[in-house]
Amino acid sequence: MTDIPAKASVASTSNGSVLLTLMKARTFIALIAVLIFFSIAAPNFLSAANLILMSKHVALNAFLAMGMTFVIITGGIDLSVGSIVGLCGMVAGYLVLNGIDLQVGYTIYFNVFEIALITLAVGILIGAVNGLLITRLNVAPFIATLGVLYVARGLALLSSDGRTFPNLVGKPDLGTTGFGFLGAGRLLGLPVSIWILVVVAVGAAYLAKYTPLGRHIFAVGGNERAARISGVRVNMVKMFVYMFSGFCAAVVGLIISSELMASHPATGESFELNAIAAAVLGGTSMSGGRGTIGGTIVGAFVIGILSDGLVMMGVSSFWQMVIKGLVIIVAVVVDQAQRRLQSRVTLMQMAKAG
Amino acid sequence: MTAATDHHVLLKLEDVSKVYSGTVAVKRANFEVRKGAVNVLVGENGAGKSTLMKIIAGVEQPTLGRILLEGEEVSFSSSGDAVNRGIGMVFQELNLFGNLSVAENIFATREITNRFRKIDSREQERRAAEFLERLQAGIRPDMLVEDLRIGQQQLVEIAKAVSLDARILIMDEPTSALSAAEVEILFKVIADLKARGVAIVYISHRLEELIRIGDYITVLRDGRITGQERMKNVDTQWIVRQMIGSDAKDFAKPDGHVPGEEIFRAEDICLPRVTGGLAVDHVSLSLRAGEILGIYGLMGAGRSELFDCIMGRHGHATGVIFIAGKKVRERDTTRRIRRGLALIPEDRQREGLVSILSVASNLTLASLSRFVRLFHISGAKEIQAVTQMVRELAIKVAGPAQEVSSLSGGNQQKVVIGKALLTGPKVLLMDEPSRGIDVGAKADVFRTMRKLSRDGLGILFATSDLDEVMALSDRIAVMSNGKLTGMFDRAEATEASLVAASALGHGPVPHMESHAHD
Ligand SMILES: Nc1ncnc2c1ncn2[C@@H]1O[C@H](COP(=O)(O)OP(=O)(O)OP(=O)(O)O)[C@@H](O)[C@H]1O
Ligand SMILES: [Mg+2]
Repeated sequence: MTDIPAKASVASTSNGSVLLTLMKARTFIALIAVLIFFSIAAPNFLSAANLILMSKHVALNAFLAMGMTFVIITGGIDLSVGSIVGLCGMVAGYLVLNGIDLQVGYTIYFNVFEIALITLAVGILIGAVNGLLITRLNVAPFIATLGVLYVARGLALLSSDGRTFPNLVGKPDLGTTGFGFLGAGRLLGLPVSIWILVVVAVGAAYLAKYTPLGRHIFAVGGNERAARISGVRVNMVKMFVYMFSGFCAAVVGLIISSELMASHPATGESFELNAIAAAVLGGTSMSGGRGTIGGTIVGAFVIGILSDGLVMMGVSSFWQMVIKGLVIIVAVVVDQAQRRLQSRVTLMQMAKAG
Repeated sequence: MTAATDHHVLLKLEDVSKVYSGTVAVKRANFEVRKGAVNVLVGENGAGKSTLMKIIAGVEQPTLGRILLEGEEVSFSSSGDAVNRGIGMVFQELNLFGNLSVAENIFATREITNRFRKIDSREQERRAAEFLERLQAGIRPDMLVEDLRIGQQQLVEIAKAVSLDARILIMDEPTSALSAAEVEILFKVIADLKARGVAIVYISHRLEELIRIGDYITVLRDGRITGQERMKNVDTQWIVRQMIGSDAKDFAKPDGHVPGEEIFRAEDICLPRVTGGLAVDHVSLSLRAGEILGIYGLMGAGRSELFDCIMGRHGHATGVIFIAGKKVRERDTTRRIRRGLALIPEDRQREGLVSILSVASNLTLASLSRFVRLFHISGAKEIQAVTQMVRELAIKVAGPAQEVSSLSGGNQQKVVIGKALLTGPKVLLMDEPSRGIDVGAKADVFRTMRKLSRDGLGILFATSDLDEVMALSDRIAVMSNGKLTGMFDRAEATEASLVAASALGHGPVPHMESHAHD
């Protein structure tokens, strides 16, 4: 009598743990699934040229999603990243074309390296504004970054009266050439933007796992009050995550204008939503305290490959939206199911053990 | 008393087991709940008491075994099911909505509505006031729960459970945050319920309480029932032996070491209350290295607020503090911790723990800089410190990576204590450190306190337990109404003098009185 249920539970346990392992790696499996699917369904999908093109697309979203991940882990949200992308692109474009007019008959022109630094500083600064609104003035993150979303987009449009800064090749005599390197350059056969992504991602993953700041980010998201009493500088942690998010957005702004060799003020509209989607797909919990950089990057790849693959298959952009939405919902549902299954499996294992 | 008549068994657990990931919390337990009696359940931290009760209250489902309610097998899939069958529970960890009023909390999910399905808050508040009145809590039903002290919140929990009018009322450590006077009132309420035939299950780590009000006692150890008796046949020694399998370790005795130089001094600490008046009223005190200074007082005497001021949690507090004779200019918690202050907060859920992180991350949260070279956390060093602390405080965990929220209440408390100790403080502020920990662990914590004081730490230790404060302190300060109303050497302190000082300047609290009578 006691034998039979025991055996049954052994069988279902091993089934359960296989299923569990599958579910834990679900984003990865989804990634492989879309890769296999499109390599069959879309001709040329696996060609080296296409893969590199796709990873350049993915990289843009992955940058934003990494910044977003840290923000979400602290329990916040950053809606302004898309606008920061646009504004930073305009800043870079403006500096390449016009330099800074000092109003006394002189105009300073910067070289490309300096332009990149200034642009990044602008992104970080806007992030700092977000952070200050949230920490000092106690504005809810959703509202603060929504406000900044509009302000930054408005500034981007104002900077050129809504026009595009075209043809950012620069002039050799002013030393402003070479802006295209970020977007078109290659190192060891891979696009520069991919290398930057690798560096930033490794840095962010390291930060999350092995530094006190990383630990504090999770603690703030888990229980802000307890974190404060434990001596965590909650405000500094929050400032950091929004500044990092601004930095990531500035990188994206630079890369896009460099790829196009032009800056358009509407660049980056609704990018924030893609970034949130990638973070959530990668297992970041919207209620804070949970998430990984690795997961987010895989999430960004799933979304990116999905949209590029569908384009190659000629699926209409309307259907693309429907499919993307469904994938996000399914991912979160599976995430919940995994949590439930996990406790059931361990339960059965324990029961078996005695 | 008609103790001779056997009480009728209302609910019975048969061979119940409960398995969580990582632990078997309850193993083949048989447990009976008798009508019109107080059924006491005791056991060490993590023995499975709360789990067993959650099974009865429908919050958890048993992995194996049966529940018989008046001889009929039942299964509850949610606590709503259990409430419908007349089973109510006061949970160990508070389950209140901070953003709602006391009355709304008491009637949550059972809102009183008028003909148009509109909530009748007037009626809710009137009824809530009745229940609160019975507990003499001095809580107005329209107060927001988040504005209440933790002890008051516990009373709201109790009022909520009592208002269910349950046949079986489970109380999981209902007194852990209550003062002696409030406990007395609760006991009256319990006696009243008992007389009306309610079956009460009572869990507590305060053994004297159990002996006083219990009729039947059941002891759990490591998820198994190790003893079941009528309370009148047993004494504290028996309970402890069944619980931990050996005799109680005695409270650590004073070891006669002499306190050294002054290590901490607070001068003229004041904290204004939002509602006017002072929560901490010109408090000055000094503490020597190796000294344990007990701060006795009733709930709301301002002890926790004083600790908060010392830790720099209130920007608008005034006064100065000195550590080892040097003025502390830093005003924020982070830098005060670095200067050698550490706080063990009273409310572990809200202020002590990051519940979704692991035991290890929680333990080292306040002391990460100790394990960091440049900016890299050395995993090996961290794990070593964690393992050592887990062993030292005998924290019952499956592994350092276990989520802290899945620990038993007492073990969570130990994690909070361990976190403060890991910062290597010079001055340790302990706010009700023994809340919810079992007799064995309490002895361990007290021994740790003695050892720390021998190593030259200064310890400020707030409690509302007279025995504790008398047994442990080198000196005893008494607070009442935000003021320091007494300072005694251990030799000269008597229970009577402490109680007298703790009631000084108290009188009836004006605004609450006026409300209770209108
Ligand atoms: N959700 C959970 N997941 C995993 N383990 C759990 C969970 N809840 C409880 N446990 C484990 O079950 C055991 C019994 O816990 P329980 O809360 O019943 O103890 P307790 O007797 O109430 O202790 P205390 O006196 O400290 O409150 C503990 O070892 C605890 O770690
Ligand atoms: Mg418990």
